[in-house]
Formats: sequence, structure tokens, C-alpha cells
Amino acid sequence: MWSIIQIELYKIYKRPRTYIAFGAIAALIWVIQMGLKIDGEAYAAFLMKDINNTLIVDGKVLNGYLICYILLQLLLVHVPLLVALIAADMLSGEANLGTLRLLFTTPYSRTQWVLAKFIAASIYTILLLIWLAALALFLSMYIFGTDDLFLMKSNYVVLIETQDVFWRYVGAFVFASFSLLTVTALGFLMSSLANNSIGPIVATISAIVFFTILSTLNIPLFNVVKPYLFTTHMNNWKEFFDIQVTENNEAISGSILNIQKIKTSLLVLSIHIFLFVGASVWIMKKKDVLS
Amino acid sequence: MSIIKVGSLCKNFGNLEAVKDLSFEVNEGEIFGFLGQNGSGKSTTIRMLLSLIHPTSGHIEIFGQDIIAHRNNIAKKMGAIIERPDLYPYLTAKEHLQLFAKLSQKKITVSQIEHTLQQVGLSNRASDKTQTFSLGMKQRLGIAIALVHQPELVILDEPTNGLDPQGIADIRHLIKDLAQKEGKTILVSSHLLTEIEQMAHQILIIHQGKKIALGPTATLLDPAKSLMKLMTANDLLAKEKITASEFAAYVLDREEGIYFSIPTEKIAALHQFIVTAGIPIVSLESKRSLEDYFLQITSQSN
Repeated sequence: MWSIIQIELYKIYKRPRTYIAFGAIAALIWVIQMGLKIDGEAYAAFLMKDINNTLIVDGKVLNGYLICYILLQLLLVHVPLLVALIAADMLSGEANLGTLRLLFTTPYSRTQWVLAKFIAASIYTILLLIWLAALALFLSMYIFGTDDLFLMKSNYVVLIETQDVFWRYVGAFVFASFSLLTVTALGFLMSSLANNSIGPIVATISAIVFFTILSTLNIPLFNVVKPYLFTTHMNNWKEFFDIQVTENNEAISGSILNIQKIKTSLLVLSIHIFLFVGASVWIMKKKDVLS
Repeated sequence: MSIIKVGSLCKNFGNLEAVKDLSFEVNEGEIFGFLGQNGSGKSTTIRMLLSLIHPTSGHIEIFGQDIIAHRNNIAKKMGAIIERPDLYPYLTAKEHLQLFAKLSQKKITVSQIEHTLQQVGLSNRASDKTQTFSLGMKQRLGIAIALVHQPELVILDEPTNGLDPQGIADIRHLIKDLAQKEGKTILVSSHLLTEIEQMAHQILIIHQGKKIALGPTATLLDPAKSLMKLMTANDLLAKEKITASEFAAYVLDREEGIYFSIPTEKIAALHQFIVTAGIPIVSLESKRSLEDYFLQITSQSN
């Protein structure tokens, strides 16, 4: 099994398309970081204009931790689309190329091939996330320095002390990996249904957009299904940045306001991954490989 | 000893019966020719042998083992090329062979990979990406992929597609050598009937999914019947006269020329009939190649 995972990784590594996502993330992050480096103080002043009359904020608001938070908010919506480029092409791309026939005549079962391809696509997704973390977190920390993380929520503000921030990012990235693996699994399922590259990529992106809209709209009919949609849970990495407070409204260091929400989201995402991959295996086992 | 044993094999795609009750055996060390027109069910049968598609009914045994229950074991001893060469455009020829050597679960040395490239005449292009290859070169590499892990059984579906005449001859010699010198069993399908005729020990002909002939190449041509081609000074008149005669039953439905599948002892009478009818004969020649036989037999089936 390991040898076919290695082969799948090797093919991903050799394929030019692989590097589009890495390049796109680097370009986006670089542009945002440069913008904030040049004009960041004005941006911070604009963000805090409503609370400047009631709060005196001391220190460096626009630090690496805040930049990373801004970047994640922006990018974790778009990275799934980049993941779909590879994941949704893993089976259908080979079917389109005709090489799936060659692979399925080797001494490995279709289940092994599908799982190996999913694992390889997952490793790619994780590497993409590590790349994102390296640029969004570590590079921002290097460029902008570190300080307390000051976040403005819809009707309250959160202040997390410097030493209490880093582990939250680790948690957020681990959570984000589940979100992106769900997208990988969805792309995989779409890929198992088609024999061309473009269809599954478009279908995956469309499904994400469609379910995101359902998750966002506050309509009673949709509210019934919302808890079961993966898109409802994908953005819950933000829960790592909501902390508990004492009766005096002082932040409790090392706490998370709603850890149960994170656990529930991880469970729902894991179930989706399992179902999507299971369905892909079932479809591919039944499929006549004609192309 | 039978390497491949196929019994009552059927495959339906919806209402279409692609393969109907097909049975045959391929013996160890022989080159087995598989003939059929486009859409006759050849590739469907080969795909079932390779477990790429699931039979509707029937059974397939390879190396004495059921293909469904022991697919992975069988695949270790089998190499195949299916219809057209499908390759990764971003990998080189050598990388392809390294990749499929690894997938074979056998220890394949670098020299074996180089030898395989040499066998198919691609040594000088080993380090080139396949996106720069011609169709013929891709076909050669496809054959190399089928051979790199030294399989006992090689299944080649249209292996000479896209090759020039020299390439076709090279591949024919390679296939013969694989059987004669290395003792491999080879099932080869082709639309180039003369190719099959020159190398196959046994031939199976299928038409519209059904077996219409199976036997050793040397005896497959029926000595009791001859395929004759008649050319006259007035073919229209000749056809008219023949259609109204006792020889009408022997005429084959062809777009060009007048062909007969006729018992050998009646050829003289046919000749006499045309002469008596006052139609000048340009030629009445026997066509006994496999290609003619194939056309004869599929015409009868139609």
C-alpha cells in the first residue's frame, strides 16, 4: 500500500498543476502582507475608529498574529477551491488520460488504489496548509512582530495575551486540516463519478458554494439541515479565538469559550470524510473502466 | 496447459449485448490471435480478462485461478496494453517503466528496465517526456510497460496501432521472440489480419459479440471451401446471371467485386457457367489469406 501512495505522491510532485495552488497562496499572502506593511496603520485606525472613544489600546495592534487571523479569514474560504483542483482530478484525470486502466491492471485492488489516491491527495492538502501556515503565521510574525491579539467580533472584542495565542493557531490549523480534508473527500467523490477533469472540479466548487449559501442564509427551512452540512462547520476554526471570561470580564488564559462546538464540528467533518471516501470506493469498485 | 480459460462469457451494456456466450482457451506458450471488426466485442472481452469491466455472466480463469477471486495474484504474472497507449505526459519513458516496475511487486533491476527499452527500440529516448512522443513511440512504450515486469502472460490489444511498416515488423518479431525464446503466452488482437496470420498459432474470430471461428491458424482456412474472386468484362451482367443461377447461394455480399464462398469441386462448373453465359472472364482467382477468410466468414454471419 505504501508503495502506491509513494507513486501517487510522485505523480502529484511531477505534475505542473500541483504548484498552482502553492503559487496562488504565496502571491495572495505576499500582496496582503505588503499592503498591510505599507498602509497597515491606517487600516488599523479604520478598524478601531468605533471603539477608540471607549477603549485605550496600548501596544502593537497590527502584529503578526492579527495579520495571520486576517489572512486566514480571507484564504480559508478560497483554499478549498485550490484543493479541489487536485483532489477532484485524482480519479477522473486518470480516467480522462486513460492511465486508470493501466493502474487497475496492476496487482493492487481498486479499494487500495482509491485509498492510496485519497491519502496522497490528503498529504498534498496538508502540505498546502503547512505552506499557508508558514507564510501566513511565521512570515507575518517575522515581518510584523508579535503582541497581544486584539479581535473585534460582531458585538464584543476579544483580547488574547501574546503567550496565549500561538497554540490557538496550532489548533486552528489542525481544525482547518479537517475542513480541507472534507473538501478533498468531496472532490474525490465527484472525481469517482466522472471521466473528465473539468466536470468534477467545477462540481466540487459548485457544491461548496451551494452549501455555503445554505449554511449562511438564516431561513427556517435551511436551519433544519444546517447542522448536518459540512460547510456550516468548516469555519469553526475561529472558535479557538473566543475565550472564556471571569465574572469581572477578565480573559481566562488557555480557555476556549465553546469547545463543544469545535468537537461537534470535528465529528461532523470526520463523518463527511468517511462517507465521501466510502462512497468513492464503492463507486469505483462497481465501475466498468471503459475510457 | 490452459493459461486462459473463458466459459460462457457475456457482457451487456443496457440492452446491448456486447459479448454473447463466448468460450475459448489459450494454451501455454502460444500466440493467440484475436480477430474481429470494430465493435465486435474484442476490447470488451480483453477488458473482462483484465478485470476492468465486470462480466454480466460466465467465468474467466487465468493460471487456473478465478479472475474475480484471485485478481491481484493473476495481475502479478500478467502484462497488458489496452487499445491505445495511455501515458503520463509529464513523465519520461524511463520514469514510466520505473513506476510500473515498482507496481509489479517484483524486483526489477535498472538493467532490466534498460533491456525492455532496448527491446522496443526506445533506448535513445529514455529520458524524454512522453508528451514529445509520436503515437508510434507511445505504442512502443505501452508495450514496454506491459513487458517490464517479465510477465508470463501478455495481453496486447491492437499493439501495432500507429506504427509504421518497420515498426509493425519489429513488434511482430518481438512478439514471436517473446513466445519462442522466453516461453511467454501472448494474446494479441489486431485489425491487421495479415499480422495475426503471420504470428498466431491459434485464432479466434468474433463478430457482433459472438464466436464465429476458433482454431489453429494452419487449419482454420476450410480446405473444403474456397473463397473466389471473379472479375469479368461486364460485372453487372455477370451478377445478374449468377443471381438467377444455382450459384447465387455462394455469392458473398461485398461492395466491390464478385466473391464466392464455394465448395472447391464446384469451381469448374462456375467457370463453365460464366463462359456459357457469354461473359468474358478477366480472372477467377482463389483468395485464401486470413483476411479473405475473415471477410468471408463475417459476411456469412451477417
